[in-house]
Amino acid sequence: MIIYLLCLMLFCCGLYCILVKRNIIKIILGIIIAEYAVNLFFILVAYRMEGRAPILSSEVEIVNMVDPLPQALVLTSIVIGLATTTLLVAIAMRIYEKYGTFDITKIKELKG
Amino acid sequence: MSKEHDAGMSLIVKVITRFTVGLILLYGIYIVLHGHISPGGGFAGGVIIALSFVNLMLAYGKDVALKKLPRKTISFFESTGALLFLSIALIGFFGGYFFLNFISKGEPFRLFSAGIVPFCNIAISLKVGAGLFAIFIALVLLKFDWEKKE
Amino acid sequence: MIELYILLVLMIVGAIVTIELKDLLAAVISIGAVGMVLSIVFLIIKAPDLAITQIVVEMLCFIILLRATLKKDLPFSTTGSWLFNTFVAAGFIAIFLFVAVKAFKDLPEFGYPIMRVANIYLKEGLVKTGASNLVSSIILDFRAYDTLGEATILFTAVIGVLTIVRRIGRKKKDEIVEEDDE
Repeated sequence: MIIYLLCLMLFCCGLYCILVKRNIIKIILGIIIAEYAVNLFFILVAYRMEGRAPILSSEVEIVNMVDPLPQALVLTSIVIGLATTTLLVAIAMRIYEKYGTFDITKIKELKG
Repeated sequence: MSKEHDAGMSLIVKVITRFTVGLILLYGIYIVLHGHISPGGGFAGGVIIALSFVNLMLAYGKDVALKKLPRKTISFFESTGALLFLSIALIGFFGGYFFLNFISKGEPFRLFSAGIVPFCNIAISLKVGAGLFAIFIALVLLKFDWEKKE
Repeated sequence: MIELYILLVLMIVGAIVTIELKDLLAAVISIGAVGMVLSIVFLIIKAPDLAITQIVVEMLCFIILLRATLKKDLPFSTTGSWLFNTFVAAGFIAIFLFVAVKAFKDLPEFGYPIMRVANIYLKEGLVKTGASNLVSSIILDFRAYDTLGEATILFTAVIGVLTIVRRIGRKKKDEIVEEDDE
């Protein structure tokens, strides 16, 4: 149960970074940290004591496998996370080009 | 050294890259093709294939990398991956339902086994690799006004 | 299991360092360290597919974040009404922690998962699909709709990045259009 709490603390670090920081790059880093924590939580729920990786072998019989279903879900989630991160970075670079700053409090006036 | 090779990083990086970039590409293809019998699969293999071209582009500059893999080829590969994956899914309708495993399963633990799974791996690796490399060149070749002055 | 606790504490320390550093380049480098430790954690809790994918994705993510922070003479991040923001964030995090700790009672104990769905996959995966890697057989055969949706999201992201980055249609009067437009 302590290990779930540690994973939750990692998520709270990301949440704090998103809520408090004013730099856009820092907010993107917070989103990445929260995403890591969610992926890790899925895999922690799937772990089984003294488990083996879910890959069958032709020689030996493997009985005690971990749950392969959350691993399959997280595998797609990691690649989607990379794609959305690049989209956020592209938007941040456009904002820097237009306003000359990454600080979200200075981006006030709606130009065009 | 010729004129067009002046761009990019120093000589040490270029020589090391010339030796290793082929091995990285080969490792990506290995990960894709053995995705159904060992750890790996289409996602990881596709990103490794994209990273080999990223490595080439960081070391040698954009001209050499885009000569090896032009933009038309990248968009062709990405469209091919998406259409191949969708057509594999649609062919299953002739046998019954979406994503039917219509090829024979073969003998387990061999390279040619598991029906449609290796073909889906190849389609996804083409799609992921070409898409991420397209994002990379779009972000790297983007030149802003304040960078032109330097 | 003691190494798992050590690695998780290391990840939390890396995340705090990432948040509190003033220099953006150093923050990007330290989040690379967090991703690498996450890859080792995946390897320890028996998910080798995810370990390979995570370490490779982390490298590409690192290169792209470096592209965003390099070559900019950035001022250090300033603080405005720092106290109010911190109190609001602490309130949100407290509410979240309260709800999450209450929800933990319904979770299974660590190490003893409920495998109602996965037992069918474990028993019949090799017979029905012929693939010995069960994760691969799930994402491409049993649950291929997920992968189709993932391909759609990736395609949308690529289109979105190319649309944001392109220069045609956004030019001003005195601006010269580049040759290498998308």
